[in-house]
Amino acid sequence: MAELAYEETFDCVQCGYCLPACPTYLTMGKETHSPRGRINLVKMAAEGHISYSELEGPINLCLGCRACEVVCPTNVQYGKILESAKEVIQEDKKKRITKRAKLFQEFVFDKAIPNKKMLHTAGGGIALYQKSGLQKVARKTKALNILPENLRAFEKVLPNVEGLIERNKRGEHYPAELKPAFRIGFFTGCVMDTMFSSINTQSIKLLQRAGCDVTVIKEQTCCGALQNHSGETEITKKLAKENIRAFEKYEFDYIVNSIGGCGAQLVEYDKLFENDAEWADRAKRFAEKNVDISVILGQLRLEFEKEMNKVVTYQPSCHMSNVQKRVNEPLNLLKSIPGITYLELPNKDMCCGSAGIYNIVNYEESMDVLDEKMKHVGKVSPEMIVTTNPGCHLQMKLGVEKEGLSDRIEVVHIVELLAEACGVGK
Amino acid sequence: MNQERLAGLLKNIVVEEKRILTDKVDLYSYSFDASFGVHLPDIVVQPKQTNEVAAIMKLANEQAIPVYPRGQGTSLSGGPLPVNGGIVLDLSKWDEKLDVDHEDMVAVVSPGVLTADINDAALKFGLIYPPDPSSSNVSTIGGNLAENSGGPRGLKYGVTKDYVIGLEVVTPEGEIIRTGGRTVKNVTGYDLTKLIVGSEGTLGIITEATLRLFPKPQATKTMMAVFDDIVDSGRAITRILSSGILPSKLEIMDNGTIVAVEEYEPLGLPTDAEALLLIELDGHPVAIEDEIQRVETVCKESAARDVRVANTSEEAAELWRARKLVSPAIVREKPTKISEDATVPRSQIPAMFKRLREIREKFKVDLVVFGHAGDGNLHPNIIADKRDEEEMRRVEQAVEEIFEAAIELGGTLSGEHGIGTLKAPFMEMELGEVGLDMMKRIKESWDPNNILNPGKIFPKPGQRLVLTNG
Repeated sequence: MAELAYEETFDCVQCGYCLPACPTYLTMGKETHSPRGRINLVKMAAEGHISYSELEGPINLCLGCRACEVVCPTNVQYGKILESAKEVIQEDKKKRITKRAKLFQEFVFDKAIPNKKMLHTAGGGIALYQKSGLQKVARKTKALNILPENLRAFEKVLPNVEGLIERNKRGEHYPAELKPAFRIGFFTGCVMDTMFSSINTQSIKLLQRAGCDVTVIKEQTCCGALQNHSGETEITKKLAKENIRAFEKYEFDYIVNSIGGCGAQLVEYDKLFENDAEWADRAKRFAEKNVDISVILGQLRLEFEKEMNKVVTYQPSCHMSNVQKRVNEPLNLLKSIPGITYLELPNKDMCCGSAGIYNIVNYEESMDVLDEKMKHVGKVSPEMIVTTNPGCHLQMKLGVEKEGLSDRIEVVHIVELLAEACGVGK
Repeated sequence: MNQERLAGLLKNIVVEEKRILTDKVDLYSYSFDASFGVHLPDIVVQPKQTNEVAAIMKLANEQAIPVYPRGQGTSLSGGPLPVNGGIVLDLSKWDEKLDVDHEDMVAVVSPGVLTADINDAALKFGLIYPPDPSSSNVSTIGGNLAENSGGPRGLKYGVTKDYVIGLEVVTPEGEIIRTGGRTVKNVTGYDLTKLIVGSEGTLGIITEATLRLFPKPQATKTMMAVFDDIVDSGRAITRILSSGILPSKLEIMDNGTIVAVEEYEPLGLPTDAEALLLIELDGHPVAIEDEIQRVETVCKESAARDVRVANTSEEAAELWRARKLVSPAIVREKPTKISEDATVPRSQIPAMFKRLREIREKFKVDLVVFGHAGDGNLHPNIIADKRDEEEMRRVEQAVEEIFEAAIELGGTLSGEHGIGTLKAPFMEMELGEVGLDMMKRIKESWDPNNILNPGKIFPKPGQRLVLTNG
């Protein structure tokens, strides 16, 4: 049975240094929605002063960006406390919800998201929707107005999805163009490989260009991040084991991804198996091999072919900075692109409000966080916002759209920008 | 009065309903600060206007409801704890006003403005707001004023009260008054400004403050001195300060702290040394170049075994890194940190070190010393586990003896953290019966119904120091 991380709450000395770093404390304006407040509530729930259902609101409204961990002077393991609370709440809820609802939830997390075919079909549907002109028609006829506001908002910012045929062309082995520097296993991710598969394709080409031997193994599955953030720890562990088993069979120097959020889950696989003698070491070895693409490309030499005369700013992915701890690598890579004028986004370390599926589940709260972010974007007025994670990418695009800046500000993944500068096609 | 009725009455006062918090999770979220204890309020209100505060105080005064003002809850002495229930006034959301007037060299601020933001705003005009409590990125100016906070720069620049020249205050009976003004010199009547500052929210609610700003020093210079005997380091401190040089910061780390930091992150610190001093000078670059050499000489004459002067700002940051890591380093073994701030006259610093060493041995507590040594504001910190009751009893006894030692050496219970709930039992020991009674009479004349932050500063009969959660 799941348990709250009660012991860990005692590491918090309640100094409050986390308050200014917390996006939801800023937008919701009360201690209840701060890291210190949430840790205290977990402690209060463990001691029986409040119920799990009372704990649920403040926990669900946490973005999980973990900016608080970076500023904490006593190294409180906030992520562990948060995940324990989510797991306990989820277990408690399952006791109460109907069997049908329970089956549906399990289906989504256990079957649908990790299932490539199912997602690809959905992705193909999006591509068809976009390419057939249906998107235009739908927008013109206002047929979209029947969708709830949160889904309608995202319809506008959907990327142009690679059709099924293009995506199915992807092979398995991409030899280095020169003598290989590293043997890379490429982690595609599931949402990424559906909505942004062209970024994966470009990532592979860039790695090849930089001298890596890249393999996309078919046995890989979903990283489990979204499930873990929803308290479905057992499903996450199951997926983690599948991935560990799959990649163990190969001799890769690194396992590389271009997805801030998935990357964060992958480097924390060891935390899932802390008390599991059989898996602890294997998970640790796997976690240590996983890196973001910026780390590899930063170590190697990329030949640029084109000056990108653009004024850009960078919105770091929280999970890239706070969990993967890759703060400088993406930024240095970005600055190395010829012709780039880089302007720092004030308060760039604050979450944009995307946070996995937070912006769909907690739409209004997410938009308040995004509004704060866009105030800062307004201060620098860039021509381009660079991101490193599909969630942030969509959210920033939505922010630009909401502010009516779509014709002035472009939102791109760092890989797209690098690909263009290196003359690597789609 | 029950919560529902109280909420109903407050809704007539506070413009936005969302600034009245009644949910159980909200009440628990305002039940604590950075000290000890959990106390549930009946309701939390987040005022953003002076007239809201005045109306709330009138209501509370009529109905005899306790009111507990609060900033961001970083207090180490229990200042904002709602020990008698009632209303918590969360003033941290009221942060709209931060006006710097560089001609008058003042900043006018609303109570919820963060302390560090005032300094940042002043820097744009080549000015600084000197008080720098280590929580300045989190703490509100309202809380700093109520507690009269200090910080490392206090040695040269003084503390919060030295920078406040005017206040707008709501009295416990709900009247609005202004004290002081915008001028440095002002002797019109009693100095109510200085009375309110440091009164820990027991005399009035500060709704606006006018603060003095200073010109920014042109340059800084940092050095580290290593000592085999902590008492020698104490002597070095008093000699530096009597040599005609006033450092902007003078911090100490004792052996326990040095070892903890080095184990936490190897920086190459001398783990066999009993103490090290970190000294920062600020001022004209040519002047401090000369002064740092003189400080170096004084340290060597006081038996320092090693002295390192930083040549670049990176080297300076490297030296300060050791001090920055103290907090995470010392709580690695056990989570509870009892941070005391008993303060002694500078000449008594070596004697206080001796007393602290004896206390550590007598009660077998994990006591480390670091902090603002230059102004006698040592921070003896005891590291414990608050779930271990036997250990906590020993800690309580050790803390009592630290207070006694400080007072015997001519010092004070608290240099900058405040009395709150924690140190109330020791007030008479320092002030005497009449001294404490005079303070009580001031409280009674300002707050006849004892509704503003009751339970703080003045001990209840028989009250003792308690560090376990009650």
